[in-house]
Parts: sequence; structure tokens; C-alpha cells
Amino acid sequence: MARAGKRHKRLNRSAGGTVLLIILTALFGVFMIVPIVYSISMSLKPLNELWTFPPKFFVENPTFKNYADLGRLMATSTVPFSRYVFNTVFISVVGTIGNVLISSMCAYGICKLKIKGSQTMFNMVVLALMFSGTVTAIPGFLVIRMLGWIDSLWAIIVPAFAAPLGLYLMKQFMEQMVPDVLLEAARIDGASEYRIFFRIVMVIVRPAWLTLMIFSFQGLWSLNSSIYIYSDELKTFNYALSQIMASGVSLQGAAAAASVVTLLVPVIVFIISQSNVVETMATSGMKE
Amino acid sequence: MQQAMTKQSRRNWKKTLVDYSFVTPFMILFTLFTVLPVVVAILLSFTYFNMMEMPHVVWLENYINLFLNDSLFIKALQNTLIIAAITGPLGYVFSFVTAWVLNELPRGVRTVGTLVFYAPTLSGNMVAIWLMLFSGDANGYLNSFLMRLGMISNPIQFLRNPQYMLPVLVIIVLWSSLGAGFLSFVAGIQGVDRSLYEAASVDGITNRWQELWYITLPSMRPQQMFGAVMSITSSLGVGAVITQVFGFPSYDYTLHTIATHLDDFGGTRFEMGYACAIATILFGLMVGLNMIIKKWLARIGE
Repeated sequence: MARAGKRHKRLNRSAGGTVLLIILTALFGVFMIVPIVYSISMSLKPLNELWTFPPKFFVENPTFKNYADLGRLMATSTVPFSRYVFNTVFISVVGTIGNVLISSMCAYGICKLKIKGSQTMFNMVVLALMFSGTVTAIPGFLVIRMLGWIDSLWAIIVPAFAAPLGLYLMKQFMEQMVPDVLLEAARIDGASEYRIFFRIVMVIVRPAWLTLMIFSFQGLWSLNSSIYIYSDELKTFNYALSQIMASGVSLQGAAAAASVVTLLVPVIVFIISQSNVVETMATSGMKE
Repeated sequence: MQQAMTKQSRRNWKKTLVDYSFVTPFMILFTLFTVLPVVVAILLSFTYFNMMEMPHVVWLENYINLFLNDSLFIKALQNTLIIAAITGPLGYVFSFVTAWVLNELPRGVRTVGTLVFYAPTLSGNMVAIWLMLFSGDANGYLNSFLMRLGMISNPIQFLRNPQYMLPVLVIIVLWSSLGAGFLSFVAGIQGVDRSLYEAASVDGITNRWQELWYITLPSMRPQQMFGAVMSITSSLGVGAVITQVFGFPSYDYTLHTIATHLDDFGGTRFEMGYACAIATILFGLMVGLNMIIKKWLARIGE
């Protein structure tokens, strides 16, 4: 669908307009990229360049010393840094898999099995897109406490399973992209609903779950601190990095290196699945 | 006959069970972590509750105090509305224009451009960099840049001077505002039926601006609706980034918002009943504004 217009000649395009738009994009693009370029540049500066006055934007003698410093800081922290990395990876991976699986199953139930009352629930999910987690933070804490998940990674992972955006995107995509006839045919052949779901539906909606994967992963990966976690050995990678950043001006270079490192993983994940994202988001529209 | 009936009904029963097994996990978790907390927040907003003792009912006292005795809340309400009124529409238009312009450009540029514009959202946590850029001493990059150009002679306290704090916040919020809404726009524009453009060309549309106005915009109303919901919700909830960049409280409470007020009472003072009243008001604002804008967007097309 997204590729339909690939070979079509664009109509009514003036050269002047194109130039104007390119200039406009470049201007805004610079605005978007400056902080990121600045942090990359900072992370490559040797010590004397970090403290030259006036500060220079670009690095003159790039060095990886800050990354080495960061590595040393990691190696000497009281809680082994591999523990922070493990926590973040564990939260991101388990949270993402659960979110994709549970939302996809529910989306299938709503739009293909047409379970009684499920449309009402979908309306509630749409309503939930309209307010942020800030609103429910306090009772959310009480629920987690009731479940006995304070100071446990499950306090972060399990609520992420039922994030409303996930169900919303999966349901919109399934509704528009999975033909009912196909499912009927499979049922007549005697396939069970689970078989249909995993072998047919999930294959067709691959772009959608890859997209959801990005959203989910990105959110969990960048998680810094959480009100549910007290123990040092349960903190995340990002939290540890922000501690380094906060530990004072002497570590500015290492701090910049840390923010580059954190940015890297989600960017790579996004690049890999960009075309899927576009295909999925085409169905994300909301009817009034 | 009897036996056939039971077999039939057993099969139905089994089908129902399988069907419900698809939706139940999500339903339970969604109820537990979203529906229940909203209900509890509203109920607790009518109580005094400090997490130690059982809550006791005070009826409307929290709300009365908020509106009559808490001048900081009134300030927070005003700030929230001002910040939302600026960053909401600006972010929305910025997302749309960016998505549209990217689509006008050649394919390769578009792919790179999408990444460049979306990277800030992916970055999640760039607070350290903003602090370095806007730092109030002469070592802050922006200050030293302006001083070198001779535009200022003394460093500006970007993060502590009320005159500059709001613009700085707007820049930071806009920078990271191209989220799911933006991606929805990118996809929506690419998904517009090409034959519509060809037909329009025959009907006398002569340039891309007319195409945008008469075809692209009306064709992607569902994406516009989704984008609107995303930006309203996030623009009313601006809070964490303020605390991270400007500290809490921000200088002279210049950037005190409902979200930071809520954090203060819920996270620091443990006046949970009062905090829940603040949360309930924020909930009402978000859902109410979303409903109004949805109705309004729906009417425009008629």
C-alpha cells in the first residue's frame, strides 16, 4: 500500500517549490539533529577541549577516551554494571514480548472473533489513549503494593503488557489487513483458533507487531528510575548512566558518551523496522 | 437426540472458552492497571489519605482547597493551559508539516529525514545535553555562542530567568514531540490514493499546495484525529521534563504545572487524597479537551 505510488510521476511540481521545501526541511532538520550531534561531538572531545573557553561545537582532536572512561566507571561501580544491563534488557525484552502477544491476542478477539462486550472494552482503550500515566500513578502504586511487587522488576514489566497503544494499533491493523474469508476457510479446514492466530493472523500482521515492538521497546529501554524499585541491583542501565551524568562536571565527557550509548540501541531497532512502521501507522487512524 | 444436544452445547461452550482466552489476559491487566486506578483515583479524591492510615471521607474539601486556598494550583492550572496551548498546536502542525514535506522529497532523503526527525523521540533522555546547551554560565554553549557573536555581553540565565524559561521549555518539548502522531502522519500521507491526485490534476489543480489542501488533508482525517489525541494528551501532561531541566520547584514556580504539582503532593508530601483530586482534574482536562477537539475536527469535514 505504502509503495503503490513508487513509480508514478509526480504531477504539478514546481522546481521553486521543491527548493523551498528542501531549505525548510534542512532548517528544521538542523534543529532536530543539533543536540544529538552536540552530544556525539562532546563525547569525542579530549579533556582539554571540554574545558576550552569559549566552548567549541565540534571536536577538533576526536578521541575515544570518554568511552574508555565510561567503561572504567562501569567496571568500578559497586553493583556490577552487567547487572544494570541485564535489568534493562530483561525489562525491555520480556515487556515487549508480553505486550505484543497479549495485545495481539486481544485484538484478534475483538475484531475477528467479535466477542461479546469486547467493543465496549475497545472504546475504553481508546479513552485510555486520552490520558497519561501521571493520572493513575498513585492508585497504580497501591495496586502494585497489593500484588507485592514493590522492589521487583515485574512492577514495571507486567503493567507494560496492557499498554493501551498496543491494543489500539494491533486492532486497527488487523481489522483492515486480515480478510475474514481467509479465516473462514481455515476454520472449515478444521484449524483451531490458536493455530489460525499464530500461523495466519500473526504472519499477516507482522508489520504491526514489529511497529509495536519499537514503541514498546523504546519506552522500556529508556526507562530511567521507577517509584517501585529501591534496591540498587534492580536499577536500570539508564539510571546508572544518569547517575554518572549527575556525578558532576568532571565527568561531562563520560556523560555525553553515556547518552550516545543509550541512543544507539533504539535508533538501530528503528532503522531495521522503519518500512514496517510506515505500513502499520497507515491504519492507525481514528474514526470519529 | 439428547446426547447430540449436549455434544453441541459442549462444543459451543468450548468455543466460548477458547474465544475468551484470547481477550481475558489483556482485559484483566487493563482493568487492574488502568481502569481500576482511574476509579480509585476519583474515589480517593474525596478523602484524606496519607498511605499510613485508612482514608477518611472529606467530600469536596480537597477540591475546595485546590480552587480557593491553593494559589500554586491556580498558577499550575494556568501554566498547564498556556504550555498546552502553545506546544499542543505547534507540535501538531510541526508533525504534520514535517511529514508532508518529507513526502514531497525524493525517497532516499525521505527515509533519512524520517529518522532524523524521529531520533529525538527515540533518544528518550537527552536532559544532560539540554543542560549543557542552555547552561546559565558563560560555559553554556548557547551563551558562549551569543557572546562570541557580540549579541550579549553577560551570560543569560536561560533556566532561571522567567523571561526565557517558557521559550526554552517550548523548544525542548517541540524537539521531542514527533512521536506516534508524526509516524501516523507519515504513513497517512503515503497511503493517500494516487489516483485522487491524477483525477484532481485533470480537474484543474495546478500545484502541490492545492493538492495538500483539497486532497491530502481531507483524505487523512483518521490520522489527524489520532495525531490530535496524541498531542493533546502529551501537551497537558508536561511535567517530568520540567523537573529534570529546570529543577523542582522551577525558579519562582514559573513553570509549575498540574503534573509537577501532582508529583509534589503525591511523591513528596504523601497527601494522597489531595494528589488524587489534582489527578482527577488533570484526567478531566485531558479527556474533556480530547472530546471537544474530536467533535470539532469531525465537524470541520462536513
